Amino acid sequence: MTPTSTGTEELPFPGLRSGVEGVPTNEEPQTGKEYTSDQEVRWCPGCGDYAVLKAVQGFLPQLGLRRENIVFVSGIGCSSRFPYYLDTYGMHSIHGRAPSIATGIATAREDLSVWVVTGDGDALSIGGNHLIHALRRNVNMTILLFNNRIYGLTKGQYSPTSEAGKITKSTPMGSVDHPFNPVSLALGAEGSFVARTIDSDRKHLTSVLSAAAAHRGPSFVEIYQNCPIFNDGAFDAIKNNDTMADAIIPLVHGEPIRFGMLDESGNQTKGLVRDPATGGVKVAEIADVGHDALLVHDAHNPDPTMAFAISRLTDSGYLNQSPIGIFRQVERPTYDDQARGQISSAREAAPGTPTQRLAGLIGGGDTWTVV
Amino acid sequence: MTKQVKQLDRVIIRFAGDSGDGMQLTGDRFTQESAVFGNDLVTLPNFPAEIRAPQGTLPGVSSFQVHFADHDILTAGDAPDVLVAMNPAALRANLGDLPKGATIIVDSHDFTARNLTKAGYTANPLEDDSLAEFALHTVDLTGMTVEAVKQFGLSRKDAARAKNMFALGLLSWMYGRPIESTIAFLTKRFAKVADIRDANITAFKAGWNFGETTETFVVSYEIKPAPMAAGTYRNITGNLALSYGLVASSVQSGLPVFLGSYPITPASDILHELSKHKSFGVTTFQAEDEIAGIGAAIGAAFAGSLGVTTTSGPGIALKSEAIGLAVMTELPLLVIDVQRGGPSTGLPTKTEQADLLQAMFGRNGEAPVPIVAPQSPGDCFDAVLEATRIAVTYRTPVLLLSDGYLANGSEPWKIPDIDDLPAIDPDFATAANHALQDGESDFWPYLRDETTLARPWAIPGTPGLEHRIGGLEKGDGHGNISYDPANHDFMVRTRQAKVDRIADSLPPLEVDDPDGEAKVLVLGWGSTYGPIGAGCRRVRKAGYRVAQVHLRHLNPFPKDLGEILSRYDKVLIPEMNLGQLSMLIRARYLVDAVGYNHVRGLPLKAADLAVAIGNLVAEAEGIDVDLTSTPVAEEANK
Repeated sequence: MTPTSTGTEELPFPGLRSGVEGVPTNEEPQTGKEYTSDQEVRWCPGCGDYAVLKAVQGFLPQLGLRRENIVFVSGIGCSSRFPYYLDTYGMHSIHGRAPSIATGIATAREDLSVWVVTGDGDALSIGGNHLIHALRRNVNMTILLFNNRIYGLTKGQYSPTSEAGKITKSTPMGSVDHPFNPVSLALGAEGSFVARTIDSDRKHLTSVLSAAAAHRGPSFVEIYQNCPIFNDGAFDAIKNNDTMADAIIPLVHGEPIRFGMLDESGNQTKGLVRDPATGGVKVAEIADVGHDALLVHDAHNPDPTMAFAISRLTDSGYLNQSPIGIFRQVERPTYDDQARGQISSAREAAPGTPTQRLAGLIGGGDTWTVV
Repeated sequence: MTKQVKQLDRVIIRFAGDSGDGMQLTGDRFTQESAVFGNDLVTLPNFPAEIRAPQGTLPGVSSFQVHFADHDILTAGDAPDVLVAMNPAALRANLGDLPKGATIIVDSHDFTARNLTKAGYTANPLEDDSLAEFALHTVDLTGMTVEAVKQFGLSRKDAARAKNMFALGLLSWMYGRPIESTIAFLTKRFAKVADIRDANITAFKAGWNFGETTETFVVSYEIKPAPMAAGTYRNITGNLALSYGLVASSVQSGLPVFLGSYPITPASDILHELSKHKSFGVTTFQAEDEIAGIGAAIGAAFAGSLGVTTTSGPGIALKSEAIGLAVMTELPLLVIDVQRGGPSTGLPTKTEQADLLQAMFGRNGEAPVPIVAPQSPGDCFDAVLEATRIAVTYRTPVLLLSDGYLANGSEPWKIPDIDDLPAIDPDFATAANHALQDGESDFWPYLRDETTLARPWAIPGTPGLEHRIGGLEKGDGHGNISYDPANHDFMVRTRQAKVDRIADSLPPLEVDDPDGEAKVLVLGWGSTYGPIGAGCRRVRKAGYRVAQVHLRHLNPFPKDLGEILSRYDKVLIPEMNLGQLSMLIRARYLVDAVGYNHVRGLPLKAADLAVAIGNLVAEAEGIDVDLTSTPVAEEANK
């Protein structure tokens, strides 16, 4: 029998099932090279997609699954070329529909590790419906949403995450669209695993990928990704060493949420506290509120209210501030496990061979015989 | 009192009432009784799109027509011999379809001033002589039902609801139907509500006894069983046969069915039915929209399932891009279109066959898709198996065009022997198929079978065959992205050639030309098979010659079609559209085909079709054709 992953030791919920449980594992150590296809990578020089590809090719060998049991599905857009560069099974499908195709794969086959690669236009505009339904259904897949806040492949129109007022080819007087916050949307759609990371922070990206793969259900990972051609510098505030301390609000389960430039004694100066005036969460100076008032991040809270409130601290205009990390990670039964469960129990309850049962089925009901 | 029993060879009965009166159930039960009795039969349900249109109004009328006979029949009949009307609206809506002398049985209870006004009557037609040319039976069905079920202490409303069973009992008596199956059915259906169960059974029996004892009905009728080929039969609707065909396709191919579907009339019953058959490994995924339905089916096909999506015309429009993806990725997929009246939302509950050109061409680029069409409700079973054979063998999406009439209509179906069903081999790729220059072996996902031009189907989990497919143009053989002009030209032609090659696997067409002397050929497809066959019989019974060919495969056309068309002086193509097959035939074979086209949301009428055929025979043979002059004409609708 082929060994399959259990991976439960990695999970924050001991005893529950890992996202890769049931997927055959590889006994030999793997390398990133094995996961590299023979196709030339054709993103623009300096594109953030390269970094994500490298991180994924570095991470998959750590996951230790059999390469033939991994499937990457994408839609349309720059990021959706991703599957061509990985030597796994893959499908570069049509615009926005990757979550639906992945739902079919994940439901049909428990022994596959299913990944969706998508962008802000693909996932949130043309494919918004499929994304929210994959999340609410809780289908076991990992969704990597590369958010560069622009349409790249069609050469620079504003996207559903572009800031209002943005001047682009299709909005010469500035966009009048209000943008989506992908994390808020995923939380609103009842996502059971919702995270955000950054293309250039390989360590954080890999740690989020690891948690995402271990989660059984749709692991939604928004990856801030720079487009050097059409939206260069969109994430400079969170990438620049001078500003990142004030721009990134790091979320670590079980830790008080604090950030900001260090004071003389080497302590962070800002943190998140509840805001009694709005019922939400706000940024406060630790000196003003005291350390004990800081929110302790609870990604496992069954109630998504606090995670949502934290997600609202993301700038909707130019990004000077954004919470980064795992917002929510809760367990609930997956669609695909339950669908397969119904089939197995129906099968167990039905006697006879398929052929015998087919004869019984079509020969049932009110019949009469002519001799 | 001894009642007279009269022999008939065939009868057409239409049950009509309010949407909530249970006419579909009544018709269905009468059909089952007739089927068990051994008559040949064809049914035509006809109901509004609204679930409960305002009570007592014309838009709310629902009807069920059943044609049963002591011989082989092909249609649900043009004009009812008997109309059962449960209220004034049902009478008014259906009266125009009745020939002179037809029998009308009305429930007089609902002929109140208010209901008459709702139906648009200014005077009570039961009381003036407006129905004089019909054999009218005015019966207080509701009143007698309420009286009969009094003992069960139901509310008046609940008691009155059993009136359809009273009507069924009465008609069952009139036509000598066996009643056991209906009593068994009611016992099971209302097993959990004893008083409702007993009231329905009592009303049913009371209707029967009323027929037997009352002097209103002095004649009962006998329609002998029809001679049929030996075998075990059941009555079946198209949607049920289609669902069974999908389960059979799964068993015969060893591929689990994955149905991705979004509810839509008149296809939803397939989703309902398949959801009951999980024990066969069938997965039914009710998607968030039409696109997700086919998307998931494509994903499942990539993963090695028999991917299926079911819908109607509006859903096909939404799925078009995804069908193109399946064409490009060359994955087996069944796309089932239960056609309804269009365009747009059109006539959701009525039949039409106006999606042929959409099925043929409704995609961007050169995207050929094989098309298969069933010709009768029971034939849906075989048509699905054929569609599966093509999809799996040639690695292609296949469109199956059913329609609302096939979906809900029914006929006796000879239950096939499982051993006679075709075996379908998925033939998954298991090993590398290409040698690289350095001697290493590789897997090329677009290296084709020489005979079928099919590409290998390598499913995830197969080591060494990892590969990527997608919507971008593929390089021949290796399948990597290619923008090369010559490669694109080659691949476009190859995808077309692959579909064309399916014709190599098709049997010769069956030409129904009894003495081989006909000059007129009637060519059809889909559910018009019955009316065309009945129309041809009428013409032949009147002493004239006509040939009939019915197409199961619309893309590609069978190889001998061109030669067959060239044998006839005139070709008539009857369709429930404005001439879609005609257009394809004219374009492909340069044949001056004549169309016969109706888009009334109803099946074509055999009698009208016979006239059209007769006119063409007159023209082709230079003779006068009179279908009414022959004494046997009356008998011709067989």
